[in-house]
Amino acid sequence: MKAFATLLERLAFTNGRNAKMQILRHYLQDTPDPDRGWALAAITGQLELRNIGPALLRRMIAERVDSELFDISYDFVGDLAETIALLWPEPSANRDISLTDAVGVLQSSSRNGQEIAALLDQLDKNSRLAVLKLGTGNLRLGLSARLARTILAQMSDPTLPEIEEIWHALSPPYLDLFAWLAGENAPTPDHQAPFRPVMLSTPTNLEELEKLPIADYQCEWKWDGIRVQLVSDQGVKRVYTRTGDDISAAFPDAIELMDFDGTLDGELLVGREGQIAPFADLQRRLGRKSVSRTMMAEFPAYLRVYDMLIWQGKDWRSEPLSARRAKLDSITFPSPAMDVSPLLSVTTWQDLADLRADPPLSVIEGVMIKNSASRYVGGRPRGPWFKWKRDPMLIDAVLLYAQTGHGKRSGFHSDFTFGVWRDEELVPVGKAYFGFTDEELRQLDKFVRKNTVERFGPVRRLKPELVVEVAFEGLNKSSRHKSGVAMRFPRISRIRWDKPAAEADHLSALEALL
Amino acid sequence: MIAKRDTALADTILFPRPEGLYCPLGDFYIDPVRPVERALITHAHADHARAGHRHVLASQQTLEIMAIRYGEDFTTHRQVAEGEIEIGDISVSFHPAGHILGSCQIRLIPKIGPRIIVSGDYTRTPNDICPPFTPLECEIFITEATFGIPVFRHPDPVEEIRKVIASMEEFPDRPHLIGGYALGKSQRLIRLLRQAGYDAPIGMHGALKRLTDYHIEQGVDLGELVHVDGVSGPRLCLAPPSAFSTPWVHRFRDPVIGYASGWMGVRARARQRRVELPLVISDHCDWPQLIQTIDDVSPEEVWITHGSEAGLLRWCELTQRPARPLRLVGYEEEDQ
Repeated sequence: MKAFATLLERLAFTNGRNAKMQILRHYLQDTPDPDRGWALAAITGQLELRNIGPALLRRMIAERVDSELFDISYDFVGDLAETIALLWPEPSANRDISLTDAVGVLQSSSRNGQEIAALLDQLDKNSRLAVLKLGTGNLRLGLSARLARTILAQMSDPTLPEIEEIWHALSPPYLDLFAWLAGENAPTPDHQAPFRPVMLSTPTNLEELEKLPIADYQCEWKWDGIRVQLVSDQGVKRVYTRTGDDISAAFPDAIELMDFDGTLDGELLVGREGQIAPFADLQRRLGRKSVSRTMMAEFPAYLRVYDMLIWQGKDWRSEPLSARRAKLDSITFPSPAMDVSPLLSVTTWQDLADLRADPPLSVIEGVMIKNSASRYVGGRPRGPWFKWKRDPMLIDAVLLYAQTGHGKRSGFHSDFTFGVWRDEELVPVGKAYFGFTDEELRQLDKFVRKNTVERFGPVRRLKPELVVEVAFEGLNKSSRHKSGVAMRFPRISRIRWDKPAAEADHLSALEALL
Repeated sequence: MIAKRDTALADTILFPRPEGLYCPLGDFYIDPVRPVERALITHAHADHARAGHRHVLASQQTLEIMAIRYGEDFTTHRQVAEGEIEIGDISVSFHPAGHILGSCQIRLIPKIGPRIIVSGDYTRTPNDICPPFTPLECEIFITEATFGIPVFRHPDPVEEIRKVIASMEEFPDRPHLIGGYALGKSQRLIRLLRQAGYDAPIGMHGALKRLTDYHIEQGVDLGELVHVDGVSGPRLCLAPPSAFSTPWVHRFRDPVIGYASGWMGVRARARQRRVELPLVISDHCDWPQLIQTIDDVSPEEVWITHGSEAGLLRWCELTQRPARPLRLVGYEEEDQ
C-alpha cells in the first residue's frame, strides 16, 4: 500500500506527461502481481469502488476526533478524505498492507465502515489517503487510460495497437496481461462486443494537399460531435468513445438506433428530423452517467457513420477504404436518425478548400481526407488520413492576469487570463496556456514582470495594456463565466505589441459568434 | 521542585503592545516588530529580529546573524545573553529552543509574580545544527501555534529527504531544485541530505551563501557546496523559494522543483506552491509536539502568540488548561 500511496502522491504533484509516464513505468516494473494490476485498474478507471460516502466518512471520524477540532481541520485542509487521513490515529506498529488486500476490504466492506476503519488503523498517513481516495472514487490523477496503455507497450514487445485490441476484454488484476508482456501467450478475449482501436488522422493544409493526387483520396465533412465506435455483437450493443470508454448508459437512444451486427466507426451527434444540431446541443448530454427522458426528447442522439471495422462476423479492417465504403453504402439503416456521412464531390484541392471555407452547417468543423486504399489501423498513422479543420475564430483581447507555469515553464508566466471590453470595463473571457513560441514566452514573461499591479498568491494582475490575438474553435454560452461565454480550445495566436488596449474587441463581437 | 507561583500578576509583567510583547519591569520588548529602545530577540528570522533597536540582547549567534543580514550597525548597543541577567526589576535568561542556530526561549523571573517563558519559535524534532529545546519550569508558558491544528504531524525528516534522493534516481536527467528559507532551513536540508547518505556537491543559490558560510564557521559540517552560476552545475541545488519565480530558474532545463516546509503536509497548500516535490520538513513544532511540550512544561496558563491558535485553544479547553490567545501581529507563517 505504501508504494501505491507514493505513486498516487507523485502523480498528483507531477505535471509533465513524460514525467508521469516515467513514474508509472517504474512503479509497474518494480511492483509484483497482483498489486500492480490493481494499481493499473485504479489508474485507468477500471476499479469502481464508490462505497465510501461523505456521511460514512464523517461518522467514522466523529468517533475518533473532537468535532470542533475536526471542523477547524476541515476548514484548513478543504478536502474531506484528506482531512480524515491526516486526523486518523497513527498505527501502533509500522507495517504495510498489500494493495490487493486493501482493495479486497473496500470491495467487500459493509455499510457501517467497521472493516474500513480497521484497515485505516493499520496504515500510515499516505496510505490512509490512498485508501480513502480509492474508496470515494476520487483519484484525479490527470493520466488517461490510453497513456497507461502506452506505458505498457513501452515496457514490452506487444505494441500499443495489440494491447488496445484486447484491452477491453481484460479485467483486473490483469495477470494474463502482465504474463503476456513478460513473453507468454496473449490473453484470449471472451468479452462480448469488444472495443477495437480507433484510426486517427493528422492535420494538414492546402500546401501539403497540393502534393497529393486527389484521385487517390475520398473527402468527407468533419463533424463536430464525438467520435464513437458502435458495436453490436450477437445482440450485445455498446457505444464507445474513441478512447474506449463505454458510454452506452448515457446514450440509450443511440443504442436503440443500432439495428445491425458489426462494428462501425462514426460520429455521435444530436439531430432532429434529419437536421444535425450544433455542438452546444450535444454538450448538454455529455459528462452524464445516465440520461432523463426529457433530455433525450429535447436532445435526441443522431448517428452518422463513416467506416466499418467488422460486419456480420467478417473483419473488414484489412480491406481498402474504398471496399469498406462500398459495403457501407450498400446498407440501409432503418432509422432516419442513423445514416452514412456523405462523400464530397471534388475534382481539385481548391474545390475542397472552397467547401471547407463555406460549409452548409455550423456543426461542420472542417473536412477529412482519406486515402481510398488505406486499411483500418488503430492509432494515428502518418499519411493515410488527414483532417483539415476550418480556420479558427479570432478576437483581439487584453491580457489581465498571469500565473507561472510548471515543468519546462517553471519561473515563466505562461498561463494567461484575457478579457474584452464590455462598456468601459474589461471582462475576462478565457484562459490560454500556449500558442506562443519560446521566444514570445520570454517576452510575455518580461512584460508580466514589468506590468504587475497586484499579486494574489501565484497570480498577478496586470496593467491592462497588452493586446493578444486569441484563436479558438468555437464558443458556447456559459453561466459559469462572468462574461456569459466560454471558448473552446483558446490559444494565443499572435501578440499585438502594436495595438492599443482600447482597440481590443468588445464582448458584443463575441456574442455575435454564438 | 519550587512551589508554583501565583499567576494573578501575570498581565502586569508581560503584555502585548503594537510594537510587540512588552515588559514594563525591565522596559523592554521581546521580538518587537518596530524599532524600540530595548529589545530581547529570541532568534534571527527576519520577522522576529528587525534592525533599528537601540539596545539588543540576544544569543551570540543571533547577534552575529543579525549583523550579517543588516550590517554591523543594526543596533547601537549589543549584549550577549549569558546566564541570569538583571534588567530593571526583572531577571531574564536565554535557553536553547532547537529552532535554528542561536534560537532561544527566554525566561522572565520577576521578584514577585509568575515566571514566564517566551518560547519564540521552537521545535522538538532533533536538529543537530543547534542544541535542543528543553522544557523549563514556569507558571506562564507562551507558545507559538504555527501548526496548531491536529492535521499537522510531521514525518521523520530523514525519511522526507530521501524523497529527494528517490526522485533524483527516478529522473536522473533533470536537475533538482529545492526551495527553503535562507536561514536555518537550507542548512538543515543540507545536513539531512548528508545524514541520508548524499555526499555529492550541492549547489547553492547566491542568496544562501553568507548565512551558509556562517554555519560552516560555527562548525556545522555541510560537506562540499558549490556556487551555482553557469549552466552546468550540480544535479541538486538549494535556493530560497522566491528564486523560483525569478529568471534565475531559467538556467535549468526542465527542473524538478521541491519545497521544504511544514505546510507541504496539506496537499492544497503544496499545490498552491506548484511544486513537484513537496517535502514536509519544518523547524517548528507539529501538533503532537505542541501538546507534548505543554504537557512537559505543565504551566498554570498557556498563552498563544501566532499561528493557528483556535486548534490549540480547543485542545487546552478539552484538557482543562487555562489558555488564551495573545493575537500578536507581524509574525509570518513559516516560510510564507
